[in-house]
Amino acid sequence: MEDDAPVIYGLEFQARALTAQTAETDAIRFLVGTQSLKFENQIHIIDFDDENNIINKNVLLHHAGEIWHISASPADKGVLTTCYNKTSESRVLTCAAVWRMPPEWESGSHESPDDSSNSPQTLELLCHLDNTAHGNTACVLWEPMGDGKRVISLADSHVVLWDLQESSTKATISSSATLEGKGQLKFTSGKWSPHHNCTQLATANDMAIRGWDLRSMSQIYCIENAHGQLVRDLDFNPNKQYYLASCGDDCKVKFWDVRHINEPVKTLEEHSHWVWSVRYNHSHDQLLLTASSDSRVILSNMVSISSEPFGHLVDDDDLSDSEETHHEEKSKEPLQDSIIATYEEHEDSVYAVEWSSADPWLFASLSYDGRLVINRVPRALKYRILL
Amino acid sequence: MEAESGSSSPGRKRRLLRLYYSAAPEPQQEEQPDPCDINGAQFDPELYLNKLRKECSLNELMDQESCMVRQIRSLDSDMQTLVYENYNKFISATDTIRKMKNDFKKMEDEMDCLSTNMAAITEFSARISGTLQDQHAQITKLSGVHTLLRKLQFLFELPARLNKCLELQAYAQAVSSHCRARCVLQQYSHMPSFRGIQDDCHAIMERLAQQLRQKFRDGGTSAKELSECVELLLQLDEPAEELCDKFLSHAQTRLEADLQGLEAELRDSAPIDVSTQKLSSAANPMSPSESSTSSHFLSPAAQTDILEFIDRGCNEFVSNLCLVIASYQELFVNRPQEGELASKNIPQMANSKLLVFVDTLAARYFSLVERRIQEEKGVGDNSLLVRALDRFHRRLQAVSKLLPGSAVPSQGTEIVIQAARERIKQYLSALQSFYLDSLTDVRQALAAPRLSVGGTSSAGGGALAGSGPPGKEAPPSLPDLLTSLSNSILNQIKSVLASVHLFTAKDITFSSKPYFKWSGPPWTLTEQGEFCSQGVREGLVVSFIKFICQSSRQFCESAGDRGGSTPPVLLLLLSRLCLDFETSTISYILTLTDEQFLVQHHSPVTAVTALCAEAREAAQKLLNHYVKVQGLIISQMLRKSVETRDWVNTIEPRNVRAVMKRVVEDTTSIDVQVGLLYEEGVRKAHSSDSSKRTFSVYSSSRQQIRYAPSYTPSAPMDTNLLSNIHKLFSERIDIFSPVEFNKVSVLTGIIKISLKTFLECVRLRTFGRYGLQQIQVDCHYLQMYLWRFVSDENLVHFLLDEIVGSAAHRCLDPSPMEQSVIEVICERG
Repeated sequence: MEDDAPVIYGLEFQARALTAQTAETDAIRFLVGTQSLKFENQIHIIDFDDENNIINKNVLLHHAGEIWHISASPADKGVLTTCYNKTSESRVLTCAAVWRMPPEWESGSHESPDDSSNSPQTLELLCHLDNTAHGNTACVLWEPMGDGKRVISLADSHVVLWDLQESSTKATISSSATLEGKGQLKFTSGKWSPHHNCTQLATANDMAIRGWDLRSMSQIYCIENAHGQLVRDLDFNPNKQYYLASCGDDCKVKFWDVRHINEPVKTLEEHSHWVWSVRYNHSHDQLLLTASSDSRVILSNMVSISSEPFGHLVDDDDLSDSEETHHEEKSKEPLQDSIIATYEEHEDSVYAVEWSSADPWLFASLSYDGRLVINRVPRALKYRILL
Repeated sequence: MEAESGSSSPGRKRRLLRLYYSAAPEPQQEEQPDPCDINGAQFDPELYLNKLRKECSLNELMDQESCMVRQIRSLDSDMQTLVYENYNKFISATDTIRKMKNDFKKMEDEMDCLSTNMAAITEFSARISGTLQDQHAQITKLSGVHTLLRKLQFLFELPARLNKCLELQAYAQAVSSHCRARCVLQQYSHMPSFRGIQDDCHAIMERLAQQLRQKFRDGGTSAKELSECVELLLQLDEPAEELCDKFLSHAQTRLEADLQGLEAELRDSAPIDVSTQKLSSAANPMSPSESSTSSHFLSPAAQTDILEFIDRGCNEFVSNLCLVIASYQELFVNRPQEGELASKNIPQMANSKLLVFVDTLAARYFSLVERRIQEEKGVGDNSLLVRALDRFHRRLQAVSKLLPGSAVPSQGTEIVIQAARERIKQYLSALQSFYLDSLTDVRQALAAPRLSVGGTSSAGGGALAGSGPPGKEAPPSLPDLLTSLSNSILNQIKSVLASVHLFTAKDITFSSKPYFKWSGPPWTLTEQGEFCSQGVREGLVVSFIKFICQSSRQFCESAGDRGGSTPPVLLLLLSRLCLDFETSTISYILTLTDEQFLVQHHSPVTAVTALCAEAREAAQKLLNHYVKVQGLIISQMLRKSVETRDWVNTIEPRNVRAVMKRVVEDTTSIDVQVGLLYEEGVRKAHSSDSSKRTFSVYSSSRQQIRYAPSYTPSAPMDTNLLSNIHKLFSERIDIFSPVEFNKVSVLTGIIKISLKTFLECVRLRTFGRYGLQQIQVDCHYLQMYLWRFVSDENLVHFLLDEIVGSAAHRCLDPSPMEQSVIEVICERG
């Protein structure tokens, strides 16, 4: 039980940006970007020691401005992108850039972790993903499972596909598309599908979810009014290619089969305020995390629409056991969609939640007041899924 | 010894006699005859003398002796008289005998004379008879020949006679003549002349039979003639089975005609229906509105109504059928069997044929009736249908009486039951459409311009506190609409119940059928009285209530995403309606139903509590949805106002932004709206001047603490620490949480949603110096007005604090505005 207790880490600043270090598959590591208008912004590298339940942190300085979005390269551990606010003379612009972490941060921090704040190292700028014509960048997406050479940035109403060349020091626009429509359209979020050979992208703007084919840079589907209000986030099911989850200001989480976009496959309405983030577990797609501004993180078990709708087959030898276990077996048998746990460690709005890339049973959530909480999937459930 | 023996023998005889005449023997001592009785038969002189001597004195003896002597003398004289009398009689007898002797002698002579005369007569008579004998034999023979010739003449004349009968159509006579001659002809058929006659007769009878059959087939003849026909044909050894068939087929053609008449009527009714409807609608274009006000059900078109139809069916088809059955039974089933006909077992055969016949025809009739009943869509006048069904059912009882084994009556009952079920379904759908219609009406009433409820009252902030009903001149206010809606629903249910109740009226024959009436103890048949419990209660009333709840819930679900489709006021109204249902209406309706229909809860029925729970759930859902929709509307305003403004480059605030005023106005109008339907609710106590007091606390103390560290970069932790500590002591706020059924709770919900949106939007923006100040002004303004509406004003304070705090955090140049300046700006409006 002790192991299951959440581990809490407090940042000094308010923060919204959180990502797992995607390329790292051994250590449990999260990157957090801070938001502060007055002080130097930082990127906190949070290492979690699973055995000792200890957090190690390293801080890198991010001079460019407050970080709104962060994502790590799937190929190179040291490379990441941020979207940051650049404030210049009564003008606020959100830009994006590719950064490299200094190679020494790891060794340096281990020797004197306490001194890290004294001499924080700085991120090394690789290149800007900027095009002033495109406007404010909402987020940057890496090609999933790619070689770290292709990223997409969503800026206002533009989808821009970048090729990173010369070890990411130069970015060129390979293609782009623009959202056409009435009024000021702005992307709020997007996700690069890991399926179909990474040729598809889903974006959210206002209440609609749109799918894009990256080869032709054209829209392939559009779920108008996917949510009653703004769509905040979406995520692809890693194992079922046509399924995606979305969440929004109507407090709902919806599951879609993009082949039948008229009706959601399923709708969850568990949060009591806007849902800001939704994440499928990378390996067990029935596990779903949602983060909301009601300060809660909810872990749900969506068995019925997962790639393992019936769970693992029950072993036959269990049947020979006593009546009691048989009973237990039966009660376990009809696996139903359910909420596994509601995490209430946060006291402010939770804007981001991420699964660890190294340990599929572990996840981090970040609330606005700078509190990072690392939690695990309850052990009972873990064993039930595994066994 | 002597006395004993003397007394014994006559005593025995007498005893025997007595035994013979009467069973009871008399007492013994009376039997003993006294031997001293001088008049007795057993008188013993010796014993008497002794006794006298022993008992009597001398004087007495002397007296006795003289008495005796006297008696003896008188006896002697008596005897002498008798002897003389007898002697005289003897002498006269002797005289008579002598006279008789002389007479007899004379008589003997006369007798001799007589005998000689008699002998002479005998001789003459013999002679006469001898002469007459020959003639007598001749006469006897002649008379025998005469009778034979008569018979032969009959035979020879038979063909002609039969022909004649045939001509005169005296079939009965012909048949009886033929029957008489049949045996003789049969016997002498070996003789050629007789054979000829027989053949002729056969031919004629064949013709006769032909004619009879023809007549039989022709129809048109009366039942009596028909039966006569059948009787004659039977006598002519016509096969009974064939006759049955023929009879039935003949009857069938007539009944078919009836059925076709019915069918034609059925076919005609449909087009007529349409045309008349068209006509009526063209004639008076005002009719829809009129009909909707008077009766919300379609009145059936002016075709032949169902009662007429059924009447016709009963009078023509059913009565004819009964006639056919009766005469058929008369002819074939119930006739006395004699002779060889008895062996053929005709009744059974005939009966089974009849059953098949009746069943097939009845099936067609039923299908017609069913079709007609199905056409009876209009639910206006149920009594007509009930009466029609009653008549239908009643007339079928006649069939059941005539034909006890037939399935027809039970099928008829089945049809009635089916019709009743159908009727209930129609009523349910009528109720449902009525409900939807009245909802549309309500919607239209709400959409009418008068429903700017808040607009009239919330012109200024000062009038906000008064939450009294606005604009009295507006025709239907919200509570009026609610009561009229709920009353009309209730009335509609009542009227439907009343018309359904006709099915169970006492004078209706089928109301005693088990489907309609509960009869018998509950443990015998659970499905009895199904009409009342399953049909009316469950199928109609409960289903309707469930429908109301369900359709209300649908408002939350379908319209949930697009708030605009359902006006929020309607949600509020429906929520109150459902709540009223929960508190009183449901139990009232169900009690009414149970009383009217004497529902026995033997089969599982939906409990009142379950329905109430459902209604309450619907009410809760609707109210939650109302809060959500209203919150969303205000949220959208706030959000647009935050998102579209350039907060970095804004000018110094001079007044409260119009959006905030709008927010307060809308909140006030919502407050009024909700206040019309829901009670006030409880709120935490607060002082009369709470807006100012709390605001000053919040602005002075908090801002100093909060913003002071911002200028000292060395201690960035403090802000977080402080805000965290602050949060530790405040409860977590569930934004979209279920609300209670009162005004304060509803308003709290809406304000929570709005302010939280404001907060989240502020956090996404970056503010300049004046941007922050504008937010401060706006928040103060909200503070001034919103606290009135919520249950716990601290909630508003907390959220507004958060907004200002977050704005300060997101501010490039956080220099807050002076509290006094803020107040001045806000006071100015």
